[in-house]
Amino acid sequence: MKGERDWRGLLFVAPFMLLYSLILVFPLLRGLWLSLNRVDLFGGGHFVGAANYVRLANDPVFATSLANTFEAALMIVPVLTILALLLALALNSAGRGAALIRGIFFSSAVLSVTIVTLIWRFVLAPDAGLLGEIWKSFGWEPLAFLSDPGLVLPAIAITTIWWSLGLPMLLFLAGLQQIPQDMYEAAALDNASRWRTFWRITVPSLRRTIVLVVMLQTAAQLQIFGQSQLMTGGGPSGASRTAVLFLFETAFGRWELGYASAAAEALFLIILAVTLSQYWLTGRQSAQGAR
Amino acid sequence: MASLELSNVRKAYGDTLVLDDVSLTMEAKEFVAFLGPSGSGKSTLLRIIAGLETADAGEVRLAGERIDRKPPGERGVAMVFQHYALYPHMTVRENMAFGLRNARVPKHEIDARVAEAARVLEIESQLDKKPGQMSGGQRQRVAIGRAIVKHPKLFLLDEPLSNLDAALRMRTRVELAQIRQRVEAAFIMVTHDQAEAMTLADRIVVMNDRRIQQVGAPMEIYARPANTFVARFVGSPAMALAPATLAEGGGPFARVRLGSGAEVATRVRRDLLPANGALQIGLRPEMVSVAAPGAGTCDAEVVLLERLGERTLVYTRLPDGQEATAEDKGDSRLKVGDKVGLAIDGAAAHLFGPDGAGHHAEAAE
Repeated sequence: MKGERDWRGLLFVAPFMLLYSLILVFPLLRGLWLSLNRVDLFGGGHFVGAANYVRLANDPVFATSLANTFEAALMIVPVLTILALLLALALNSAGRGAALIRGIFFSSAVLSVTIVTLIWRFVLAPDAGLLGEIWKSFGWEPLAFLSDPGLVLPAIAITTIWWSLGLPMLLFLAGLQQIPQDMYEAAALDNASRWRTFWRITVPSLRRTIVLVVMLQTAAQLQIFGQSQLMTGGGPSGASRTAVLFLFETAFGRWELGYASAAAEALFLIILAVTLSQYWLTGRQSAQGAR
Repeated sequence: MASLELSNVRKAYGDTLVLDDVSLTMEAKEFVAFLGPSGSGKSTLLRIIAGLETADAGEVRLAGERIDRKPPGERGVAMVFQHYALYPHMTVRENMAFGLRNARVPKHEIDARVAEAARVLEIESQLDKKPGQMSGGQRQRVAIGRAIVKHPKLFLLDEPLSNLDAALRMRTRVELAQIRQRVEAAFIMVTHDQAEAMTLADRIVVMNDRRIQQVGAPMEIYARPANTFVARFVGSPAMALAPATLAEGGGPFARVRLGSGAEVATRVRRDLLPANGALQIGLRPEMVSVAAPGAGTCDAEVVLLERLGERTLVYTRLPDGQEATAEDKGDSRLKVGDKVGLAIDGAAAHLFGPDGAGHHAEAAE
């Protein structure tokens, strides 16, 4: 035990390391290898080098699916973050009523994507749907949310926001509880208006939570899949096909496993690049703001 | 002119009454300490003056103007919080300027006030740091600076020294006393530390059990405690209280008999005491000295010795089980378990009536 590292220590982490390699490291490497091969359902496939990546770079369907994904993420993340923050501010009180409403708002987060999309298909359906009925009651023509190429991504975004609101709200609530009450009292004695208190005390104090929520949600929404698959199947004419849906169709529709793996690797790198640059852009300032 | 006037302030949280009919008038530039144990209502009273709590009844006036309906920022008071409550994401300069900016003070005026406060508090080199980069003592200065720049009529200090270590606390105490000389404002300090209250305050407001127990200059509180609570709370070690009964003799002054049978001649006027009812005699350590067994007022056994250097505190138990604390020389040879005599200086002793009210020796002029 003296001086040298004791190999017996490794035994304690061995079960975890084994499992970790088996279910994470191995598939990751295997995926990388697959992306360099031409593989289909039958037979082992053969090495094609970067051919899958070249094809991907020139594939307009993949490009559209990426654009759709980013468009959806851009619609979802800012609105979701702001809504969750507003909700948390409104519900950040000890009362029993607030606790109940917090629970109600969080409850959508525990539903599965199947149920969520089912609910929203009923809401969005132009004939007999909730929104359709409301539109009609004003005497307007109901909007065909899920079959109009210009409305389908906003419709998916609304569904996703409704579904995903719970967790960021909870994170913001936790962040708000961390702000010492006496700081607000000091601000009151400093004659700060509510608006100024919000911008100069609350928001800077929540800075790290805001960064966390934006990063988590960006990474999650760039992988958006279930909503578009279940609500529209990517339609109409690919207007709501997301990157992961493209992946899924390529792998399990056309059984081009190598090509799908290449798309998966590309998406992985894109998400990594986006979240890392978010971290880099905001990380330095929030480290300065640390107490 | 009076600076702060509290009249009949009352506060309850639900069914729990925390302040019951509290009234107080402060002189201009006066430094008052609210002294009391936790739960005595002293912090609540401070927060009512600051506007962080609202009183259920009563009035708060500052320089003749009623302020209890105004928001905290418009009352002309500044507060130093126990945990400083600095804004962690702002620099020291921004921390101090925040309140002035909110009050739309011109920029050059803000700069001048911040520079002046930084000079007084010797934090000029720290102005661009954030609170997180500073030590506790420095943060404390920033908190005081944030109050000073507002030029308030009244400073409210909530346990300002409790977060500092012993050495820093002593130094900051001295500095507070100096700042106080330079500033044209009144001060209220909440504390449970009687040494802080005694050294800094012009007057001490002793609070307990929702009420003001006594208001007076530090030595007056010490020498003439209004009741048994004040007597026990102020002074370290606490005044010893022992049951006593009135005895014959002593002329105009009361002579009392202790439980052990020993008699003490006090200089408390007999006619001021209630005719009947149990009395208590209050003895501070300096009124009791150690003598040879049998040579003092009564005998006792030493149970604990506290050697403070220049003097020794001798905790003793009388034959009837009562405890009394005596003072001896710094190089006292006593040991725990020794039998000693206690010489009680009855001329300085206090007597407390059955209602707890204090009666004191007549000044020997």
